[in-house]
Amino acid sequence: MEAGERGDVEVKAELPPRLKLVGVSKSFPGVRANDDVHLSVRPGEVHALLGENGAGKSTLVKMIYGILAPDEGQILFNGAPQRIANPRAARRLGIGMVFQHFSLFEAMTVLENISLGLDSRLSTRELLAEFTRVLETYHLKLDPRRIVSTLSVGERQRIEIVRALLLNPRLLIMDEPTSVLTPQEVEQLFETLKHLASSGCSILYISHKLHEIVALCDTATILRAGKVVAACDPRRETSRSMAEMMIGANLKEIAKPAGRAFGPPKLETQGLSLPKPTEFGVALRDVSLVVRAGEIFGVAGVAGNGQNELLSAMSGETLAPGSEAVLLAGEAVGQMGVTERRNLGLCAVPEERHGHAAVSEFSLTDNASLTGRDRMELVRFGLIDPGKATNYAAEVIGAFTVKATGPGALASSLSGGNLQKFIMGREILQRPEALVVCQPTWGVDAGAAAAIHQAIVDLAARGTAVLVISQDLDELLMLCDTLAVINLGRLSKTLKVGEVSIEEIGLLMGGVHGDPSATIEMTEHLHAHPI
Amino acid sequence: MHIRFEKRLTPSRLMLVATPIASVLLTMLLGAIIFELIGFDGPHAIYETFITPIVASYKWQDVLTKAAPLIIIALGLSLGNQAKIWNIGAEGQYIIGALAGAGVAFMLPNAPGFLVIPLMIAAGVLGGMAWAAIPAWLKTRFHVSEVLSTLMLVYVALQVLNYLIGGPWKDPNGHNFPQTAPFTPAESLPNVLPGTVIPPGFVVAIVLTLVFWLLTSRSVYGFSVRTVGAAPNAAHYGGFDASRTVWSTLLISGGMAGLAGILEAMSQLGQINLGFPSGYGFTAIIVSFLGRLHPVGVFLAGLILAVTYVGGQVAQTVVHVPNATAGIFQAMMLFFILASDILVRYRVRVVRDAPRAKATTAEASA
Repeated sequence: MEAGERGDVEVKAELPPRLKLVGVSKSFPGVRANDDVHLSVRPGEVHALLGENGAGKSTLVKMIYGILAPDEGQILFNGAPQRIANPRAARRLGIGMVFQHFSLFEAMTVLENISLGLDSRLSTRELLAEFTRVLETYHLKLDPRRIVSTLSVGERQRIEIVRALLLNPRLLIMDEPTSVLTPQEVEQLFETLKHLASSGCSILYISHKLHEIVALCDTATILRAGKVVAACDPRRETSRSMAEMMIGANLKEIAKPAGRAFGPPKLETQGLSLPKPTEFGVALRDVSLVVRAGEIFGVAGVAGNGQNELLSAMSGETLAPGSEAVLLAGEAVGQMGVTERRNLGLCAVPEERHGHAAVSEFSLTDNASLTGRDRMELVRFGLIDPGKATNYAAEVIGAFTVKATGPGALASSLSGGNLQKFIMGREILQRPEALVVCQPTWGVDAGAAAAIHQAIVDLAARGTAVLVISQDLDELLMLCDTLAVINLGRLSKTLKVGEVSIEEIGLLMGGVHGDPSATIEMTEHLHAHPI
Repeated sequence: MHIRFEKRLTPSRLMLVATPIASVLLTMLLGAIIFELIGFDGPHAIYETFITPIVASYKWQDVLTKAAPLIIIALGLSLGNQAKIWNIGAEGQYIIGALAGAGVAFMLPNAPGFLVIPLMIAAGVLGGMAWAAIPAWLKTRFHVSEVLSTLMLVYVALQVLNYLIGGPWKDPNGHNFPQTAPFTPAESLPNVLPGTVIPPGFVVAIVLTLVFWLLTSRSVYGFSVRTVGAAPNAAHYGGFDASRTVWSTLLISGGMAGLAGILEAMSQLGQINLGFPSGYGFTAIIVSFLGRLHPVGVFLAGLILAVTYVGGQVAQTVVHVPNATAGIFQAMMLFFILASDILVRYRVRVVRDAPRAKATTAEASA
């Protein structure tokens, strides 16, 4: 990193850096998202951009990709200062980006989706030729005629990657690309990226999975509170040392008492089957699980295999076909709605924070009332007691060190990690008998994730049955006592954490997606004969 | 240099209040210019429309009379609008409510006032509810947009009215005019409370404003309505049922429109005739938005719109502006309030483009 070196004078006579940021700053109302950021990416380098949520990674790459304009500083591309007015201009320079959230039309084919995203008009035949060339060059598999809704998440991501590669990018920005992939698919993606880098394309890789960065990247720039705090060679660091640079403090080890004994079954499903909620949803097929008091039970799987449907079936947002399909402490609750189940002690946290677990434009107080109004006795005579609701929100903020201006702060003003801490805290302070959580640390920084994990462990230690549904296998292996894998709406046999390998779990997750019939076959086989 | 909209961290409370006021002022300014341009005395027209009804005490009764139905209907609409349920057919519910109340009166010709008046009012509310129940059923059962169904039912309601007052309910002593027989004193409310200029409907409007204030700001029900409107998935997760909200908000707004209709018939017109559908149900939509869906805001906005109704008539006779004047002003107000909504969530900043001598602009600013 060339901190303090301003202007476009090159010290060395070799190739100019592919991308160089000089003193880039960006402010939003109330926050300085990037403060004097210096960064340099060599041609063919895989450069990691690390930082907690809210550290300013997204803002930085949005400026590089022309979505935002920097307030101060310069962006140099191949040595020339540039003002990147919009993403189209960025693409014209040779900057491609693959977003964490895909923008694909479910009802259209792969090729149609790609053609819609292109700046230049190509005939279908030209596009197909280009498409095939990219697939061959990078050894990618993707059927151009498939309808997107029939594809796995890994394949959808491949569409976005191919879309970016079609432009022959000189710099590819990848935003949290592996969060939706099976371990096998991650390996495949890394092959592609390494191949791409060896052909001279630089890669700016944003991730919070530190072992991936160790495995893939040549250089890492670490951001904290909008500033560059360190630049390092990930191969000489450990995941832990980088995590500590990221959060600027020592990482707390999760204190999980060993050799715990579990109580009686608290949360069960018995042969729970549900039809697809929508055309693009997943049907649950004969899901049976038992979570005992004090146990943390993990459900692994690639996104879109029935996780959200399972959560809805547990929380009561979807009613089970029979009341015996879901049991809470032995009581049949399958036919009960959300409020009834919650009053019996079954609390849930869905995956999507904004608009599902919380209302973005509501204050934290109102968001506390959203689920806590009955269990926390915030209501009298049909009226919400504003004082009690505010106190409860303040209690959550205090107990879970949520960074917010107070109970009156809007949920949308909180960073992802802080809002998630608030949501988890809101449920945990209700002292649930059973808690079902989907993606508890999705897009959450390391510090907040550690706090949430510790809270889950502590909750289980008090005798609550906890069901954690997550796509983050590392998280499940660290957190859970038992584990099952969901694939195509089916749940595998229960596995004991510590006795099962990542490869085996990866295979249960569906291995390498791409050939649906083979995947189904393999899944059927694996589920019939568990490893 | 260019203008940029920056998202605010929290919606501006100042703008929430300032934009409706600015909308009224802009309407006055632009209205004056328009009328000046088309050959009227613009400032005078504005003065007569907006100021005369306020300064001339003999106009107050008119203003309060017009404000009452506007406020009562708009309170109900605002509740639905908070849930993003758009009932734009209050006019139809207003008509059916009045007809239902009148029907009770005609069925009980010799009943005493203490009995028939409450029954008429109850029938008015129920009639409005029944008319709004149709869109609620269509929406929850078949996903029919309430925007279309409520509006279309206005025209059905008009035909029902025409049929009844021209046929079965036609006043036998009415010289063949399409109108009902006048309500007897036992079936009527006074048009103002004795010794005041306050019409009975206005007292109802005040009471209901307070009730709705409590309902929307404090009650679990009001909270559920807001949540359904803001984030349907979160509402479902929080245990609030969206289709119950569709039903309840449509029934409440329909019931309020029906109440306004029967009160108007009982206290102002004394019968139901062709002139009964006066457009209050549509104007109340403007009241609801100008009042920012807040009961107190709705109350004030109802008064302002009532002023334009009364003042529009004054301006017609004094400045000879066309009959459509009040309607134009009301439409402009709605336009300005909707257009200025962005200021609540965004702030406007004029950005100077920093001169950058060396920078090569990759593409002209979008």
